[in-house]
Amino acid sequence: MKMTGAQIICESLVREGVEVIFGILGGAILPLYDTLPRYPQLRHILVRHEQGAVHAAEGYARATGKVGVCLATSGPGATNLVTGIADAYLDSVPIVAMTGQVASPFIGKDAFQEIDITGITLPITKHNYLAMDTGSLAGIIKEAFYLARTGRPGPVLIDIPKDFQIEQAEFRYPSKVDLPGYKPTLQGHPAQIKKAAKLIGEAERPLILAGRGVIISGAYAELKYLAETAQIPVVTTLLGISSFPESHALSYGWLGMHGMAYANLAVSSCDLIIAIGMRFDDRATSRVSGFAPHARIIHIDIDPAEIGKNVRVDVPIVGDVKNVLKVLNKLLAPCKHIDWVKQLDNWRREHPSIEIRDCEELLPQFVIRKIYEVTRGEAIIVTGVGQSQMWAAQHYWFDKPNSLISSGGLGTMGFELPAAIGAKIGCPDEVVWSIAGDGGFQMTIQELATIAQERVAVKIAIMNNGYLGMVRQWQDLFYDKRYVATKLNCPDFVKIAEAYGIPGLTVERKEEVVPAIEKAMSEPGPFLINFMVEPEENVYPMVAPGTSLAEVIEEPKKKTKVVYNSAKL
Amino acid sequence: MVVAKHTLVALVADKPGVLNRVASLFRRRGFNIESIAVGHSELPHLSRMTIVVGGTVTMVEQVRKQLDKVVDVVKVSDITGGSTITRELALIKVKVTPATRSEVMQIVDIFRADIVDVAADSVTVEVTGDEQKINSLYELLRRFGIREVTRTGCVAMTRGGSGSLVVGEKPLKTQDRKRKKTS
Repeated sequence: MKMTGAQIICESLVREGVEVIFGILGGAILPLYDTLPRYPQLRHILVRHEQGAVHAAEGYARATGKVGVCLATSGPGATNLVTGIADAYLDSVPIVAMTGQVASPFIGKDAFQEIDITGITLPITKHNYLAMDTGSLAGIIKEAFYLARTGRPGPVLIDIPKDFQIEQAEFRYPSKVDLPGYKPTLQGHPAQIKKAAKLIGEAERPLILAGRGVIISGAYAELKYLAETAQIPVVTTLLGISSFPESHALSYGWLGMHGMAYANLAVSSCDLIIAIGMRFDDRATSRVSGFAPHARIIHIDIDPAEIGKNVRVDVPIVGDVKNVLKVLNKLLAPCKHIDWVKQLDNWRREHPSIEIRDCEELLPQFVIRKIYEVTRGEAIIVTGVGQSQMWAAQHYWFDKPNSLISSGGLGTMGFELPAAIGAKIGCPDEVVWSIAGDGGFQMTIQELATIAQERVAVKIAIMNNGYLGMVRQWQDLFYDKRYVATKLNCPDFVKIAEAYGIPGLTVERKEEVVPAIEKAMSEPGPFLINFMVEPEENVYPMVAPGTSLAEVIEEPKKKTKVVYNSAKL
Repeated sequence: MVVAKHTLVALVADKPGVLNRVASLFRRRGFNIESIAVGHSELPHLSRMTIVVGGTVTMVEQVRKQLDKVVDVVKVSDITGGSTITRELALIKVKVTPATRSEVMQIVDIFRADIVDVAADSVTVEVTGDEQKINSLYELLRRFGIREVTRTGCVAMTRGGSGSLVVGEKPLKTQDRKRKKTS
């Protein structure tokens, strides 16, 4: 049956099970938008800036595991997507971004709003396409969704010249893809898994490092079985938070620059690391030469290029985490590591890391803890980047699978609000909190309009300290307190919210915190709370850049280094 | 860690932009491509690339894996060190005078190279061989005065019966990506 390109695109999206599209239109994508109303099953969410569209698609994808879709026009519309595409690339988020392009005869002529978006996004997409005719659109969309969600997920961009949206072609949706250059390894090599099981059996101080790969693969039960059967303590990465219940006796928090001291000490003194679906990012490992000096490393990841990229690996296992763990778990002999677990418990007592000090001031840590208590740990927490992100990750206890959505690899300030929109639309029955700093919030503040127009019931907490807080902390610690360009004069966020039609409250005192959060929860729609928190509070523990994880700085006031001497064991 | 030259051979989809994807990957991961040569392979819709890069074994292994992740790259092998044939072609335009012409022709003969163009004051030599052979000829001809040199970069293949990059599967589907004719 003959159809226009725009119809072919919509039909293909319906066949891929797409429910929602985040986007903003413009000239080069108008034919597609003109066709959208004929497909009511494709809900369109009109955002206020393309960055909002792509982060919302990410939030949707991260919360649901399905492919997020965003739409933009050519030129500036397309370039505004770039940050979010890069964000999705670094955090392995499955999204398909579609951009309009100038009509094909104008390509290469520097036409109005023409930009080479496939060239620009080449290094930040898993793959991208410039459609060359209407007839190829269905095949391209089929491939794009397949690539985005399989293997190591990632963003795929499709650039569609305007004339190919208008022209007609025969529509037949392909039943399968033919990509000889793309064959992700899903099953781990049995011999390697056997080796891993042997190492686990021999280890005295084994440690699991769980990353977001566990969440993507849905391997919660398998991870838990592994940890419990072999009595192996679990430390997660920042993005691995909520892959393993944090209140579990074997959970020892997360590692890295602002991870718990006991987690970093555990990594520094273990004799075996079982790294699962993580990529040894520099914020997690700190100085690589000082990373896990006594440990042999088993690395399970679906992406062969991650193995051996940053750290030496003794047993590489390429495969889907869930599949690999299923096989590994069958080879496990139940064992105990009583002394090792006792040692970790001691460290946790000696270096509590996430204690909140008792004081008059309104501490951001206290606010997060109260959000945890009021939501009973059942909310989906979407964070921005910086201090507020670290406090949210530290002081909320994530027991529920996949309940933290955060920009890890790219560290995109302003991610939180649009990502929370996407998460809420993807999971309408969940409570979704967006936790922002006052700096990051102003980077995507325009999406309040999207929230108001689409009536997205997102709860917004701003940790307002009047600074670009994390940068100020670095200036405090490493630049002799020279606070260059980090002081912010913020507008009244509650008034701004009101102007958008969103109710809100400002909270300045401790005793107002819980009632405000309860008020937000009782509102059926969106609600904003502007928490005026202690301006110069720093995030601790901290591993200074260039030092090893064992040199974690824990005491905020004294700044003494807790250096663990491994000879003590 | 020893930095050495590595020869990678990649079978890639014969589509627009693939060379760009490969080249940009090398740049992004901090690798300098010493030479890259691309041409059709024995399989329809597939091209073969020979890429020479310098780096340690670990670095090259990392870039090989990254290259393998490019969707349009069907297969990549590092064929360094094995039993391989590597060839390069160079065109060298040498300044000659009536007095030096015969000496140049003798050197060219010894190298089993060809003179493909003759002018009053220069000859153009075509030489095929591995990099060393071309370098030696170039060194010998230098004292006569070199006007211009162009080299193709290395192409390589493993010796023996089977290819290093045999693809068992059926060839890539024909994707007609011709640009619509516009009047």
